[in-house]
Amino acid sequence: MSVLIYTETEKGVFKKNAFEVASYGAALAEQLGTDCVAVAINPPDASQLQSYGVGKILVIKEAKLDTFNAKGYATAIAQAAKEASAQVVLVSSSADSKFLSPLLAAQLGASFAPNVVALPESTTPFIVKRTAFSNKGFAHTELTGSVKMIGVANNSFGLHEKETTSSVTTFTPSLEDHLFTTKTTAVDKVSGKATIADADVVVSGGRGLKGPENWGLIEDLANVLGAATACSKPVSDLGWRPHGEHVGQTGKPVATNLYIAIGISGAIQHLAGVSASKVKVVINTDPEAPFFKAADYGIVGDAFEVVPELIEKLKAFKAQNV
Amino acid sequence: MKILVCISNVPDTTSKINFKDNNTAFDTAGVQFVINPNDEFGLTRAMWFKEKQGASVAVVTVGDASAEPTLRKALAIGADEAYRIDAKATDGFFVAQELAALVKEIGFDLVIAGRESIDYNGGMVPGFLASTLDFQYVTNCISLEIEGNNATATREIDGGKETLDTQLPLVIGGQKGLVEESDLRIPNMRGIMMARQKPLHVRPATTSESQTKEISFSKPEAKGAVTMIDPANIDQLISLLHNEAKVL
Ligand SMILES: Cc1cc2nc3c(=O)[nH]c(=O)nc-3n(C[C@H](O)[C@H](O)[C@H](O)COP(=O)(O)OP(=O)(O)OC[C@H]3O[C@@H](n4cnc5c(N)ncnc54)[C@H](O)[C@@H]3O)c2cc1C
Repeated sequence: MSVLIYTETEKGVFKKNAFEVASYGAALAEQLGTDCVAVAINPPDASQLQSYGVGKILVIKEAKLDTFNAKGYATAIAQAAKEASAQVVLVSSSADSKFLSPLLAAQLGASFAPNVVALPESTTPFIVKRTAFSNKGFAHTELTGSVKMIGVANNSFGLHEKETTSSVTTFTPSLEDHLFTTKTTAVDKVSGKATIADADVVVSGGRGLKGPENWGLIEDLANVLGAATACSKPVSDLGWRPHGEHVGQTGKPVATNLYIAIGISGAIQHLAGVSASKVKVVINTDPEAPFFKAADYGIVGDAFEVVPELIEKLKAFKAQNV
Repeated sequence: MKILVCISNVPDTTSKINFKDNNTAFDTAGVQFVINPNDEFGLTRAMWFKEKQGASVAVVTVGDASAEPTLRKALAIGADEAYRIDAKATDGFFVAQELAALVKEIGFDLVIAGRESIDYNGGMVPGFLASTLDFQYVTNCISLEIEGNNATATREIDGGKETLDTQLPLVIGGQKGLVEESDLRIPNMRGIMMARQKPLHVRPATTSESQTKEISFSKPEAKGAVTMIDPANIDQLISLLHNEAKVL
């Protein structure tokens, strides 16, 4: 018996969500009185996971898995879960994990709950709290199967350090060629830039910015904060910004520590997608903008005056507080 | 090419979400139901394959009779026929089993579902379906081209996108990007009239198996009041973010 966690890496480093999943896994293993076992595919120094309470690490070194492949990855993780006699399997909510999750659950015959925000409310019966109705509510869902699988919502459980000594074992999955029929032929990704999924801060612009030529303001503010950039739906529909930046109910969800909304009115569909963020700052000329009701801090003012000043003052603040 | 588009009948995006019966059920009172937005992008892409490549397009939903107006709307947009599996959609696993049974019986080359439905946000139906059918599978799909048996799909990844080469039979989890917002179609009078004549087959469920059970629902806690800051005092915002919110 064990809790098996899939810890994601990218270009030779663990992703932040790997440490969050590890933190959740270690706490759940303790709740269940069992071990937390990690599986990592072509990882760097796997011992980093020791700091988050992982007792055992299964390392897969496999050239076939050098680029992400949903079927190949799901099959390798499923075999590791069987090797570890896992009763619970954990994955993150990254785009890749969401892609492979149903394939993995199907191979394990597992009951699967995605977007889970906390440790189980009860383990017999096994009930988890997950977001539903695009963050407008929560469902408390029982996983009735004997094997359970949980997708941990981004930035919901947090990182909890817990020094452990872990053993590292090599695990060799058996992967048939037909798993790789679907092949990635090109990846288009700006490296080194924070993404909406894992940035601590997201700076988002709406139609109030008037046009794509003004986005330097959003980018400059994001650069000072090491933030990812995002936008409201009409901004991407108008082609001012790429679709990948559209956040909200029909775009990407945002669950960051600090969300700064500039020139965004706060329509219900926008709010649903960003409400899981911990602190929200709203800058808008209209004191009646609905977003102020959902904000923690608000400034009624013109973005073209407020934001340049905010950038300068943040630069000065950062220079003093490094 | 035979295409099946899976349609989820969901509360309109402007709906206020409430629960009833001691928070054990979603309260549908006063709620408008619509085609799940992600599915609508998929349906519109299917229309393109129909018009440009001679594909046939069927739509399906798992749900009770209250979902039929949504299926009729899909027919009015241009689908050729509709299926309704007459059962409550208890969970993603159950829905995928029912869809798989239909695909096996009728035979489809391409199944387009949404990357997730905006009610339960499970995102698992297309992947479960592909697993059950042993079809190829791509989700978060933002573009799709088909040439004979070969398909090229683009999917959104965190911080970018990637292109995949794949093959039919194929299951897609679609979203905005498959077509542009401006390509979405509002049914016209002729479409609505024609939809009335098109077949809508109602079929019983084949299993009753599910793997999860919704025990109860809750709403997010009410938020505290907003702190307003004078635009002449940006220093105060920085100080609050640093000392109070501790996010700087
Ligand atoms: C099915 C459906 C799904 C949808 N899904 C989403 C979604 O996922 N995400 C999403 O964002 N929207 C979504 N929408 C759209 C949503 O309803 C709103 O139309 C949209 O969020 C509004 O975008 P906005 O706030 O940028 O623009 P607007 O509503 O036009 O607001 C612009 C704001 O900028 C302010 N402003 C103007 N000038 C300035 C200035 N100089 N400085 C500061 N502020 C200024 C204005 O006061 C105003 O509040 C959806 C709609 C539908 C129907």
